[in-house]
Amino acid sequence: MIYAVAVFAPLLGSVIAGFLGRVIGDRASQIVTVSLMVLAAICGDVSFASVAWGNAHTGVVPVFDWISVGDLHIAWALRFDTLSVVMVAMVTTISTLIHLYSVGYMSHDSSIPRFFSYLSFFTFAMLMLVTANNLAQLFFGWEGVGVASYLLIGFWYQKPSACAAAIKAFVVNRVGDLFFAVGIALMFFLFKSIEFDNVFGNIQAHMNATYHIFGQDFRSYEVIGTLLFLGAMGKSAQIFLHTWLPDAMEGPTPVSALIHAATMVTAGVFLMSRMSPLMEFAPHALQLVTFIGATTALFAATIGCVQNDIKRIIAYSTCSQLGYMFLAAGVGAYQASMFHLITHAFFKALLFLGAGSVIHAMSDEQDIRKMGGLFKKIPFTGTVMWIGSLALAGIPFFAGYYSKDAILEAAYAAHTGLGTYGFVCGVVAAFLTAFYSWRLLILTFHGTPRADKHTMDHVHESPFVMTFPLGVLATGAVLVGLLFHTMFIGDARDAFWGAAIFNGPTNHIMATLEDRSMIIGLLPTLVGVAGIFLAYVMYVLVPGMPRALATTFRPIYLFLLNKWYFDELYNAIFVKPAFAIGRFLWKTGDATIVDGVPNGLASLTSYGSSRLVKLQTGSLATYAFTMLIGLVALISIFLWVR
Amino acid sequence: MVGQLMNWQIALPEIVLAGCGLLVLMVGVLIKKQNSAQLCSMLVLASFLVAALLSLSAPQDVGYNGLFTLDRFAVFVKILVLIAASLAVVLSLDYNTHHGIARFEFPVLILLSTVGMMVMVSATNMMSLYLGVELSSLAIYVLAAFARNDVRSSEAGLKYFVLGALASGLLLYGMSLVYGFAGSLDFASLRAVFTTETAQLGAVVGVVFIVAGLAFKISAAPFHMWTPDVYEGAPVPVTGFMATAPKVAALAVFVRILSMPFGHLLPQWQQLIVLLSIVSMVWGSLAAIGQWNIKRLMAYSSIGHMGYALVGVATGTEAGVRGVLVYLASYIFASAGVFACIIAMRKKGHAVERIADLKGLGKTDPMLAFLLMFFMFSLAGVPPFAGFIGKLYVFLAAVQAGMWTLAIIGVLTSVISTFYYLWVLKQVYFDQSEGAFDGRAPSVSFVAGLGGLVTLSFFVFASPVVNAAEAAARALFG
Repeated sequence: MIYAVAVFAPLLGSVIAGFLGRVIGDRASQIVTVSLMVLAAICGDVSFASVAWGNAHTGVVPVFDWISVGDLHIAWALRFDTLSVVMVAMVTTISTLIHLYSVGYMSHDSSIPRFFSYLSFFTFAMLMLVTANNLAQLFFGWEGVGVASYLLIGFWYQKPSACAAAIKAFVVNRVGDLFFAVGIALMFFLFKSIEFDNVFGNIQAHMNATYHIFGQDFRSYEVIGTLLFLGAMGKSAQIFLHTWLPDAMEGPTPVSALIHAATMVTAGVFLMSRMSPLMEFAPHALQLVTFIGATTALFAATIGCVQNDIKRIIAYSTCSQLGYMFLAAGVGAYQASMFHLITHAFFKALLFLGAGSVIHAMSDEQDIRKMGGLFKKIPFTGTVMWIGSLALAGIPFFAGYYSKDAILEAAYAAHTGLGTYGFVCGVVAAFLTAFYSWRLLILTFHGTPRADKHTMDHVHESPFVMTFPLGVLATGAVLVGLLFHTMFIGDARDAFWGAAIFNGPTNHIMATLEDRSMIIGLLPTLVGVAGIFLAYVMYVLVPGMPRALATTFRPIYLFLLNKWYFDELYNAIFVKPAFAIGRFLWKTGDATIVDGVPNGLASLTSYGSSRLVKLQTGSLATYAFTMLIGLVALISIFLWVR
Repeated sequence: MVGQLMNWQIALPEIVLAGCGLLVLMVGVLIKKQNSAQLCSMLVLASFLVAALLSLSAPQDVGYNGLFTLDRFAVFVKILVLIAASLAVVLSLDYNTHHGIARFEFPVLILLSTVGMMVMVSATNMMSLYLGVELSSLAIYVLAAFARNDVRSSEAGLKYFVLGALASGLLLYGMSLVYGFAGSLDFASLRAVFTTETAQLGAVVGVVFIVAGLAFKISAAPFHMWTPDVYEGAPVPVTGFMATAPKVAALAVFVRILSMPFGHLLPQWQQLIVLLSIVSMVWGSLAAIGQWNIKRLMAYSSIGHMGYALVGVATGTEAGVRGVLVYLASYIFASAGVFACIIAMRKKGHAVERIADLKGLGKTDPMLAFLLMFFMFSLAGVPPFAGFIGKLYVFLAAVQAGMWTLAIIGVLTSVISTFYYLWVLKQVYFDQSEGAFDGRAPSVSFVAGLGGLVTLSFFVFASPVVNAAEAAARALFG
């Protein structure tokens, strides 16, 4: 079945490149992984087409039985429904383009097979996650993505900053994973199964189940929904657990593109949609989702406005856009959330790969203050970055316009306090998004060059193998919204999504999207244009203004530049005390108590051992005698017990 | 009764295998070539394959007037025995040539011993059981002394023979006591007798004798004293064989005899098995510390492992039997793998067997070191390797049966045993090499690689094995 090929081809590529990479060489590793990814993308897209335009039957593709202990029965199976297929098609397509791009970008690296192996494994883990038919398999993919991201962020393990970023990503994710794992366990206790079909089929049966915690009763669905969302927060870098995402750009640029666009961060959003049958009955948990999502969208956008590292700006924009997706999920518009996920995948991959192309051209310079005037030298990269930014800012008829508009309308149409809060945050964030995108574009591509002459002379357009994926992604960033909005969020949405996404009986949010007033529909576009205009004013017309503002509002500027001081705060609250506790446990706890007791037991054990070994004399008579003694002992004990 | 009498096909695997053995013997005698041993080994491997296929396809029934039964349990164990025997034959290919004992009788003896084990596994009468035990043991006595120019090998053979004869005597005496007091040798009739009337003292003393005789075969403490000496002295492929196939068969007999004829005597024999199990686990883990010879280490390790398997037997439940079978399936691959590694331990043409000789293997032969790590982790029961799954099911059964003490002692001793498995790995990975080993023979790499693959991927494919073990256990209890 082509669906299974789409999922397992990346694994095959990863295994071949990983284990045989040194034997078959760099070029062969690239060819194998890239061609298997192309195969996976074709199969993934065909599967998508068969669901979207054909009328393929959704269902489950069994692979084999896995675990069977007590009540817990888990089978490996691939879930084949619209939600999974959409993700599979997106992940394989984007990942294939990133693989291709990496062939050019990583051409001077010394361990190419390792890189491609990790990249393919990353893709496979994500595919496992989105095609899971039960929570254990999903968790397997979830952790696989975590491991792969650790390996890839720390790919240049010679760089201390890369190692630190890798560890940070892993540890912060672990915090979220812990909640997720507890959530899964609670679901197993409640439903006696973690197969999606069993869980979703029995939602009504446990509607009023409660947990008694801290002297109060909480509905089970609220607790589970909150735990699942906390897990999703870690993976999708929502505020409080977002700190790893900007640092994750320490990895090679294609990795950042893969993490930010196709895999990893989208997992949390996907989880919300996948679990929609349960989330729909956890209104308080959804309120939390709305609040965190809206806050993250605004918070990350404010930071993005003052950063100077080209990749860091885009990283915060990812954080912000993920906030939008959660905002949509929180108000019940899962379809809009998934739609933004897909459009975002295209333009964010485009922006990151474009940034990679800029960095490549600028001899590894990442500070946009040292760029400028690049458009004439690298017009193609400049053009695609413009397209990506237009899509990101939600300018009409580019991909981001349709999805972002839908999210903001949904937030408005929710007519709740939190919905309005989300709407306001979203509109302000949309303004800031347009602002920082054009700040990036103007500082990088326009104005006078600020780099030294030597670097500027070296600026060159990237090779075809890198520009080709950019072209494809740019096409996607223009067309995806236009082509698919009817299907994802428009009139055809019910037929398209089928049973994959569940909207509660009282949830009519998707239906009310059409009847909003003109001004609400136009507002996102208007603020987007305003943001662009402000950037134009500040960085072209009155170039002295940013500096003047930064000096006048120095505390605010520093607050934003230092990313709201989250890293410093966590350092003081968690990291330093943890080190202190660790040192205490090591010096007193471990060295004296924990080591002392086992050492004593160990010497006792080895003493016993030496006594036993002495019995082994080698004499046949002794052995026979021992046997008989044993027999006599057994019979005596036996008669005595009897 | 007539139907049972005529139902000879159920023993077809054994009949064909024994016939193949005679044929291979003829081939070996008639072909006076240098490589007749290699040819005979290949023929024996082929006959094992045929026997395995026949075992899977033969009709499952009781036959030969109740002497012989083929059920799912027997089939499961026979497949394990055949796998273990095949691995031993493959291991012998290189070793025997190198040590100048490449004689064609070797594979034939393994084959005959295997026939004996298959009879043991299917026996449902004391007489056929005894025949099987003796056939398998006699062949192994000869195998242990196969390197007859080597003093240690002859000593091993002799020791094993004398003590084995003693154990056979105990077994036979136990059987005659049971016969005298219960009036039958047939398992089904015995079961009927013990169901209706309370067992007389003589009969249960007979059971103790039978348990003691069988405990010798699986080298459960305190009937294990022969194990380290014989393991050390016998040629390595023989040791590898003894550590796997006969253990599997004898444990299967243990399970069958305790659950079928003596099933209703559970309260009487349970304490015995618990005792054997605890003593074996403790002895196996404690005495292994301080061994410097890797073959002796493996001897104590196998004593310990039989202790863990006995935990499953001691529960006397279906889940326990399932645990034992899964445990054995996970054990034979790791064990055969370690013996493959031991055969690979050869410096400048001389076999070495000190654990210290493994120093620096991680640098000189990373692949072998890696595989050895799998085996050691599996034997220690570290997740996710095969051994962990085996231990999990055994301890699970013990906990379900409410035997907490046994489970706790099992976990504690496996912690102690982890020490010496890790100690081996410490030498492999953290100590300076004292010279690399000679190149590995393909047969050795094959067994090690296969063992490693199964050990590593067992957790992924555990379900079919567990299901088969469950069906096998149900055949005994159902």
